[in-house]
Amino acid sequence: MQEFLQLVVSGIATGGIFASLALALVLIYNAMGLVNFAQGEMAMFATFVAFTLIGRGVSFWIAFPVTLVLAFAGGILVQRVVIKPVERAPVLTLVIITLGLATLVNGLAGFAWGYVPRSFPSPFSPDSIDLAGVFVGYRDLGVIAVSGIVLLAVYVLLQHTTVGLTLRAAAHHPEASRLLGVHVSWMLALGWGLASAVGAASGMMVAPILLLEPNMMQSIIIYAFAAAVLGGIESPLGAVVGGLIVGVTINLAGAYLPFVGGDLQLAVGLAIIVGVLLLKPNGLFGRAAVRRV
Amino acid sequence: MQRIRVAQPRYWLVGVVVLFFLGFPTVISSFLASEWAQALILAIAIMGLNILVGYSGQLSLGHGAFMALGAYVSAILAHHYKMDYLVTIPIAGLTTGLVGFLFGIPALRLSALYLALATFALAVVSPSLIKRPAGLTGGVQGILVVQPDPPATASSVFAALTGTAMTSDQWIYYVTLFCAVVLFWVAWNVVRHRPGRAMRAIRDGEVAAAASGVNVAGFKTLAFALSAFYAGVAGSLYGLSTGFVSPDTFPVSLSIQLLVGVVVGGLASIPGPLVGAISAYFLPIESSQWVPSQAWIPTQIVTTVKNAGPAVSYGVILILIMIFAPNGLVGLARTGYAALNRRLRGAGDRETGHTAAESQTVSEPD
Repeated sequence: MQEFLQLVVSGIATGGIFASLALALVLIYNAMGLVNFAQGEMAMFATFVAFTLIGRGVSFWIAFPVTLVLAFAGGILVQRVVIKPVERAPVLTLVIITLGLATLVNGLAGFAWGYVPRSFPSPFSPDSIDLAGVFVGYRDLGVIAVSGIVLLAVYVLLQHTTVGLTLRAAAHHPEASRLLGVHVSWMLALGWGLASAVGAASGMMVAPILLLEPNMMQSIIIYAFAAAVLGGIESPLGAVVGGLIVGVTINLAGAYLPFVGGDLQLAVGLAIIVGVLLLKPNGLFGRAAVRRV
Repeated sequence: MQRIRVAQPRYWLVGVVVLFFLGFPTVISSFLASEWAQALILAIAIMGLNILVGYSGQLSLGHGAFMALGAYVSAILAHHYKMDYLVTIPIAGLTTGLVGFLFGIPALRLSALYLALATFALAVVSPSLIKRPAGLTGGVQGILVVQPDPPATASSVFAALTGTAMTSDQWIYYVTLFCAVVLFWVAWNVVRHRPGRAMRAIRDGEVAAAASGVNVAGFKTLAFALSAFYAGVAGSLYGLSTGFVSPDTFPVSLSIQLLVGVVVGGLASIPGPLVGAISAYFLPIESSQWVPSQAWIPTQIVTTVKNAGPAVSYGVILILIMIFAPNGLVGLARTGYAALNRRLRGAGDRETGHTAAESQTVSEPD
């Protein structure tokens, strides 16, 4: 039981990381009906930026927000340069472009920092705290706290500020928003910036657990896909809940299902994606898509 | 809706290309022949992906996984059951085609975006799935494939032409060329007849196609099965050509490479996959040699460029082609050729845009 609870807690911690990246995917999906295959790679690149800052002697707690700001700017830049020319292109084109972007960012990171895995410092102590017989690592608690703050910040921004309202309006009703004076294209850029920053947070949290290298996010993005799909790909709340469920599920499956073990955890992610898409394509919180023909 | 334009096929051009590929190995080294064999293998897989993406409009990012399946079917049959490898190639194709058909049924329910997502996940996961039944697949080590010696007749003809004995690499090249010619011919026949028209109709408007009596589900799964068949044959040949199959022979980047090939060559085009495969195969090899191996350049930089060059060039090319030339290199060549033609034949009638010599489009015979 104790072991089970510990697994659940660390599952929630990794789930928080998946939730952040899944939220980034949902933000872009809502903005333009597109799954950004480059989200993980952009997060990895931002994490390398943080790594460089920390390597220059900047403390983690300064490097973290600075990286978020840089990632925000980078997301806007990417949208302006790469996505804007094809904003109205068919989904096939857009998906191929984001895949190209993923490959490009991956290669650039390899170019700049090489392919040797590096350890990324964790700001939290490696010790554990005894909570009623359950040993919970400070690192897990720290990750849960950081992702909680990030997710809360996004929620407040989207639901309780004018910018958030405009952002949502531009995403859901671009034509009407344009008539009301909203600069829709820049709102899309803002959405990309926001997604990039949220994704960067997930990258900086996962890097101390895995090792930092250009292919670090390849498995994390699959879990984030699973989380986003499970939550219903247009629902931010769904992404968070989906992330937590995926995190706990793969942790428990890895520990208790001997067939899965450590090396088939990724296959559990695939199974979640395929299962949800086939059985409940709208996920837990998505609305049924009604298409007019 | 766009009118279906079918230009008269240029048989002489096809003949020239086939003759070129037939004669090519007699003038290049055996090593280069094996590189070109791999490019042709990619062309087969890309042709398959092109049927799926270009003609039927379903995006698969997991065709590397289908190639892996084909390769492992052949390798297992040849290694565990001592079958002749060449006999296993069609078996690998049919098995993979069947799996593709089964995969195509649930894929019917998915939108293009979700299908891309699921197949991408499949591509990422497949290496770890292959490793699991280690007794059958050889686990991380994979399976060695014995490369066949060329048969006596082929060898003596080759020796008479070049004066050197045929190596097994050169024999594999010819086996690959044979498969490529047959499969390109099949694809060309499929896409210009009823199934191809049905697929294009589905791609351009599913509801309209269904309303016109096209069996949407049937042709979409047919496209999946056919596409997987091509990938299976390509995978089988890939194992033959590299001499072994292992889980890491089929990483996600292989699926990306196939996608690059389709896009660079030109979606929904028959010569496209060949052009695309040659670009997608030789580009990473060339781009990893951007940095000349001079003594004053630190080796660390050279190795980094070697590792990162392919990814950077793939990414840039995918993005640039999609933004500026969505019809790929073949599309560019066609537009260029048409423009040149117009220039040579005079401006024609500006009002209607028709040249005096002939009408621009040839309507389909049936």
